Amino acid sequence: MNTSDTLVFSKPQVLQWINHMADKLEPLVQDDCPVALIGIRRGGVDICQHLYQELVKRGIRLDAPMGELNIAFYRDDFSSVGLHPIVGPSQVPFDIDKRHIILVDDVLGTGRTVRAAMNEIFDYGRPARITLAVLVQRVFHELPIRADVVGHELDVSSDEYIDLDTADMSIRIGVKS
Amino acid sequence: MTLPDPQFNTMGTLQHFIDLQGLDATILTQILDTAEGFTGVNDRKIRQVPLMRGKTVANLFFENSTRTRTAFELATKRLSADILNVDLVTSSTSKGESLLDTLNVLEALQCDMFIVRHSDSGAAHFIARHVSPEINIINGGDGQHSHPTQGMLDMFTIRRHKGDFSKLCVVIIGDIKHSRVARSDIAALVTLGAGEIRVVGPRTLMPADIESLGVVIYPTVESALKDADVIMGLRLQKERMKSATVPSAGEFYRTYGLSPERLKLAKPDALVMHPGPTNRGVEIAGSVADGKQSVILEQVTYGIAIRMAVMSIVMGNSQAMQSAIARNQDNTSIEVTS
Repeated sequence: MNTSDTLVFSKPQVLQWINHMADKLEPLVQDDCPVALIGIRRGGVDICQHLYQELVKRGIRLDAPMGELNIAFYRDDFSSVGLHPIVGPSQVPFDIDKRHIILVDDVLGTGRTVRAAMNEIFDYGRPARITLAVLVQRVFHELPIRADVVGHELDVSSDEYIDLDTADMSIRIGVKS
Repeated sequence: MTLPDPQFNTMGTLQHFIDLQGLDATILTQILDTAEGFTGVNDRKIRQVPLMRGKTVANLFFENSTRTRTAFELATKRLSADILNVDLVTSSTSKGESLLDTLNVLEALQCDMFIVRHSDSGAAHFIARHVSPEINIINGGDGQHSHPTQGMLDMFTIRRHKGDFSKLCVVIIGDIKHSRVARSDIAALVTLGAGEIRVVGPRTLMPADIESLGVVIYPTVESALKDADVIMGLRLQKERMKSATVPSAGEFYRTYGLSPERLKLAKPDALVMHPGPTNRGVEIAGSVADGKQSVILEQVTYGIAIRMAVMSIVMGNSQAMQSAIARNQDNTSIEVTS
């Protein structure tokens, strides 16, 4: 990667955004409805793990382990790009029915990934509600989908990418090649 | 001059799935990994994914089959595609229509994929060379040549239980000569780097050049089974007994049958596999087929995920290619008009 045109947010900054997400989630998860977190592979799973730990640290009762979604079979671009690489089967180790699902992703851009993820969730059952929590929300969208909980908002153009580097939990922004 | 492998399209991706010979470990591993992703679909409330919604798959079975046909049918439905079961025994082909005319009719009905089972070796190859470029062909078994989805579901079953292929000793017992399953299993095991592949069976049912495929012939089933990790039985077809290549079912079992006593010669955690349908008391004892080391029914279940993987990979590849062709045509027309 050419670092000269790349903007980087380092791990401490990213962890601060995750804490900010936990602050906003706290009042949303303290009700009678059982809560479960599901991360969207790949980047969403890493953010979800940090968020899960942060919520537990704050004494919030989560009676289910974290879930992981592989949305490759639900994407809407199969007819143009074919099958995306498979990153393992989805893992939802709890009953979705009547549960409050916190759906977590690293970056909300077009909204297509979240649409695919919600379609998959409903194939597991009927949740009581879904709260969308993302580390970074872009201003640019293609679908009418916005997050309920946002770590940080970034106004970058559609020809720029935002990537979570899971190795060091940093965010990189650059121009798409 | 050798013709290019018809399994690959002009972009070099898998367009048809006909034979495991010629497919490298990367492709086989992609199929296994994709199937792993599909296994979870079976455990959900809604056992479907929308991947192939709006597509039509035709099951062209020129030869009787229950488990392969139904596994393909279930896989198609779980991918949300429409399935057309064409009864070719009572169809136009039996009334004199040529195979190519039948294919043209099915193409005109806008089918996107053909699953082909035929008693003649090479039938799927032949069809792949004659259909339109946007159609996908999947071989559901052709003559004594190849049964690639069975080969892949066998590999998937082995990988799920044993992991690394390189340390495995795999034994294949029975009618190697007439078995398309054995040929596909051997091709996949060699490509995936199996440690040792042993074959054993009556001399009349052993191909002369089998060792050139990378296997070792063992003289007795007892010597072959020693320290085996995986034991694969093969169905002995009744016509072999009629043609006197095997003296009798009883004699075959006494010499080659997988009995509880013989099973003890293999490693204690050895897998017992069979592509089915099993002839109990001929290739395998009923107690072994039903025993705790048997994974025969798991093979059937995994057959759905493997077929979903193969179908979605080849269809995805051709969708991507058609999309690229359309983009190129658009760019060309823009250049011409601008």
